[in-house]
Amino acid sequence: MNTVDTTEGPAPEMLAESLKKYAEFRPSLVQPSIWSKKFVLFVENLSVSFDGFKAVDIPQYGIEHGELRVIIGPNGAGKTTFCDLVSGKTKPSTGRVYFDGKEITQLEESDIALSGIGRKFQTPTVFDSLTTYENLLLALPGNQGWKNNLFHPESKQEVEQIDEILEKVSLLGQREMPAKSLSHGQRQWLAISALIISKPKLLLVDEPAAGLTDLETEQTADLLLELAQEHTIVVIEHDMDFVRRLGKTVTVLNEGKVLAEGMIDEMERNEEVMEAYLGR
Amino acid sequence: MKSSSEKLIENKVSFGVLFIIGFAVLPFLYGEGIFSIGDINMLGRYMSFAILALGLGLLWGYVGILSLCQFTFFCLGAYAMGMHLAHHGGPEGIIDANGWKMPACLFVVYPYDVGESSGDALVPGFWKPFWNLPLTLILGILIPGVTAFLLGYFVFRSRVRGVYFAILTQAIAVAGWLVFCRNDVMLCGTNGLTRFDVISPAESLYTFNPVDAKDSWIASHGSSMEYDLNGDEKLDQLDYSIADVGFSLSSERVQLWLYWITLACLFGAYLLCQWIVKSRLGKVLLAIRDDEPTLHFFGYKPHVYKIFAFCIAAALAGLAGMLFVPQMKIVTPSNMEAYRSVLVVVWVAVGGRSSLGGAVLGALSVNLLYNYLTSEQDILFFKWSPDYWPILLGLIFIAVVLYLPNGLIDLVNRLRKKFSSSALINNTSDK
Repeated sequence: MNTVDTTEGPAPEMLAESLKKYAEFRPSLVQPSIWSKKFVLFVENLSVSFDGFKAVDIPQYGIEHGELRVIIGPNGAGKTTFCDLVSGKTKPSTGRVYFDGKEITQLEESDIALSGIGRKFQTPTVFDSLTTYENLLLALPGNQGWKNNLFHPESKQEVEQIDEILEKVSLLGQREMPAKSLSHGQRQWLAISALIISKPKLLLVDEPAAGLTDLETEQTADLLLELAQEHTIVVIEHDMDFVRRLGKTVTVLNEGKVLAEGMIDEMERNEEVMEAYLGR
Repeated sequence: MKSSSEKLIENKVSFGVLFIIGFAVLPFLYGEGIFSIGDINMLGRYMSFAILALGLGLLWGYVGILSLCQFTFFCLGAYAMGMHLAHHGGPEGIIDANGWKMPACLFVVYPYDVGESSGDALVPGFWKPFWNLPLTLILGILIPGVTAFLLGYFVFRSRVRGVYFAILTQAIAVAGWLVFCRNDVMLCGTNGLTRFDVISPAESLYTFNPVDAKDSWIASHGSSMEYDLNGDEKLDQLDYSIADVGFSLSSERVQLWLYWITLACLFGAYLLCQWIVKSRLGKVLLAIRDDEPTLHFFGYKPHVYKIFAFCIAAALAGLAGMLFVPQMKIVTPSNMEAYRSVLVVVWVAVGGRSSLGGAVLGALSVNLLYNYLTSEQDILFFKWSPDYWPILLGLIFIAVVLYLPNGLIDLVNRLRKKFSSSALINNTSDK
């Protein structure tokens, strides 16, 4: 068994201190019921290559229950690809993804979504010809089957639930407006509310602050912090001010690899990270 | 801005008006002699096309799936009904070696003349369920539905979308046409199914095969003479006998009834589609049209919904085909030619694909215009020839796409809005 351990991934002593906790972890060798108490998401030997280029190559990495984790990194670091791999949009070349005690590597996107991973894309994806209300209606959990959708109109409780969220993100005035007439910021918020209402165990939020005004960015950060009290969230972000405002543990990706992990101030002092970021 | 409840009432009013016009006014005009039974019959046929167009309106307008094989599904329904009618059609009394009544049109696939069956001319087994009318009605909807399900299951699951799907369905339309043209598939080849005389619910309901039918008739009438209606000398018994056996398709009363049934089916199909579109499932369909890949991440399996819509459209097409045949009295593979299915797309585009009403309007208006313009007409100083029709249809299509992207229904809606807003002004000035 020991020989297997050493061949899989780099030896722990080669890694930065902060990344050791992942390297010591071997979900494939440990009972899921044991490791899933600590990590909600764990990836092992995860890699994917496009035309020979390794976009993501992560030996071990995980997200703990209830944390708000920010993943940063320069362009092309593989942040979005990592999200794609977890949410099933891209299938990995090698490796495994474990979520909530189960392996989800080979599941379809919809099944991964149903198992509890919610995703917001880089560009706000809302359904243009549906109204704000209808967009959230589709995102409600537990109604994804066709029979249910055909024969059961929304319950009063569900309508209240939608209105509650609309009020929270101040879109109540746009309730009956088609989503295509919303502003960019409103669309971002609608996409996030759709994510919230689906009550996922893990939220993957890809660049929530992209294209927002300063005020909207602040509000979005506050919203995410509020959500973090109840959800496990992974945020991918470019905007350093935004990351600083969140003030949580940051993972730095570079060239598809996990480079370092820690608080944002530590990262800014880390030479390796700054080199990757500024290309020196 | 109009409130949604006002809009709903307005829609209900226009729905009611159309209902009255269709069910009462047009038959009344026929009764008064202004319309001939031919006109009523023609309208009936065009309304069956409208049911076909409704299916595509749902599929293309709401889910964004462009299917170019709707007429193939239509023909599956049409052939089901055609086999039933051919079974019960004349001439009577031709029985094959198994004792099954031989449809006259089926002789085309055997080297014999009508009536001289000599042992090896048999009715193929797959014809036999269509002896029974209720079974035919079920199969006529089920066969296209199941075909669409199988097709959709494999195609939508492997995420074939957009243009690729359209090309695939066009290929299926061509393949279907080629198959139905062949004599050895026992569907009467290019001649098609003919010799439809009666619809006989009673005969097919109470008997399970033609021999039973004959026996039961003999049992109640004491002789087999009247049942075999081949000879001219028995012509006077024809009406009596047909009233017993079924409804004669050449009777004007039966044609009027067929018109009413088609109209009722059209309203039914419209309400069904409207119900689907208004349900939560309808929102999912729209979401698929907008952004199918994202829908996966909401936990939906879009292919299930696409298969559902495809099956509904195919079943409606089958229903339309079944209604079309007794009014047309013939069904040939020419209905399956690839261009026919493209025509349905033109109807829906001209009528407006953003609403179900548009599909119906398009099918009716284009076909009525076709009916008018494929006869020789003198329009002012211009001598119109039927040969010009495809050119005109092309021009109409281009004009609609360029200037009325939402179709004719948009024009109707604008006029209605104008009308209702001027009525509103009148109302307020009265006060």
